[in-house]
Amino acid sequence: MNAQAPALRDPRLNRPEPLASPLGDGGFFQRDRSIHPPAHAPGYKSSVLRSPRQSLLSLEGSVSEITGPVFGHNDLGPLDNDLIRNYAKDGDPVGERIIVHGRVLDETGRGVPNTLVEFWQANAGGRYRHKKDTYLAPIDPNFGGCGRALTDDTGYYYFRTVKPGPYPWRNYVNSWRPAHIHFSVFGSGFAQRLITQMYFEGDPLIPICPILTTIPDKDALDRLVAPLDLNASAPFDSLAYRFDIVLRGQRSTYFENRTAGN
Amino acid sequence: MPQSLDYLKETASQTAGPYVHIGLIPAMAGFDIFEKNFSNVLTTPSTEGERITLEGKILDGTGTPLRDVLLEIWQANAAGRYNHPADRSAGALEQEFRGWGRAGSDFESGLVTFETIKPGAITDRAGRTCAPHINVWIVARGINIGLNTRLYFSDEEAANAADPVLNLIEQPIRRSTLVAKRSERGGKVVYSFTINLQGPEETVFFDV
Repeated sequence: MNAQAPALRDPRLNRPEPLASPLGDGGFFQRDRSIHPPAHAPGYKSSVLRSPRQSLLSLEGSVSEITGPVFGHNDLGPLDNDLIRNYAKDGDPVGERIIVHGRVLDETGRGVPNTLVEFWQANAGGRYRHKKDTYLAPIDPNFGGCGRALTDDTGYYYFRTVKPGPYPWRNYVNSWRPAHIHFSVFGSGFAQRLITQMYFEGDPLIPICPILTTIPDKDALDRLVAPLDLNASAPFDSLAYRFDIVLRGQRSTYFENRTAGN
Repeated sequence: MPQSLDYLKETASQTAGPYVHIGLIPAMAGFDIFEKNFSNVLTTPSTEGERITLEGKILDGTGTPLRDVLLEIWQANAAGRYNHPADRSAGALEQEFRGWGRAGSDFESGLVTFETIKPGAITDRAGRTCAPHINVWIVARGINIGLNTRLYFSDEEAANAADPVLNLIEQPIRRSTLVAKRSERGGKVVYSFTINLQGPEETVFFDV
């Protein structure tokens, strides 16, 4: 179903058309499923009844998958990437102030520009502002816990927040989630859509988290752990953590397609 | 040692968790924070095409509806054109129709609904005509990596029979798991669907 047309011959010349660039058809690289958690991961009990058991049907990227929604600055408000301010009622949220920043790249190392990155998290006590969360830690009246940003031309994004707390959950009797921030990223085509979680360097709960350990590949797990980045910290204000996100490689971006006129 | 290929690796997926609403549909979590919110209504009064409601449930391995699931849909407009520069087919583009929507299931019933238009037939990159369809992406607690599937339309039998993607499904009986059923209710056109995550009627999911 890929568009790379069979080698056409120009009837006037009886010669094949010039060879197209192998990275030029706009499709995505095949997803390497060995670095993603399997659907059925019994250590994470919620996956048992929610995991498909049939094989996924392999589908070469059609126009339905290489395209995706386009967002712009009109979709965002001015405080959307500032979780310290975007829900503040009568003061700052409680907790350790942090900056999170990084780049959204694809597997070829190119920045993914102008793409929507959304993030959400618990407050410093480990409680979500959600009507279904009943953990005993208090709700912070000045903290909503969500934000969003558009990457710039180079794929760079940043936001400010407070470091989320760990919290208990019903998997094993004594399961605790490491401190984490959820991320949702779009990319340029619907097949790049990704939801993941960022963790913090040095957290002792990381190696024993039943969700994090669904990832079968140690390097893939390590890439979800954001290092402390003192160079990006704001002195006497906030520590910083760096979290780069890699989406699937694209055989050429649509911007390049346009330039080339193909 | 040969040269290194030097490609980066995709970031590993993680579950969206039970509280995905906080970040992606804060109003469902119980609070208002953003000036502009994304929604399950894709249309404006000027959108071309037949208004439809999509209405469905996502069932777990026991047949119980998921009540904490989030769906996104991505579709072409009534002329069969995606609002994205990589779609260079001939259909007319409507700038104000993004073609994307997001919905959470009802916390009690598990029902998911979208208000949209029926997309036109799509011309794929090889120039073939594809039956009208809506692309669906599903995330929730317990779903480790988002699930991709499609919805086709029950009143497009001839187009569905010729669709190159439906025809990739080896067992004809499984093709029907992707077809939403048309009905009319109170003057509105409703397409109903059920997505089964497991079991004999497990929905066909795609590795795209």
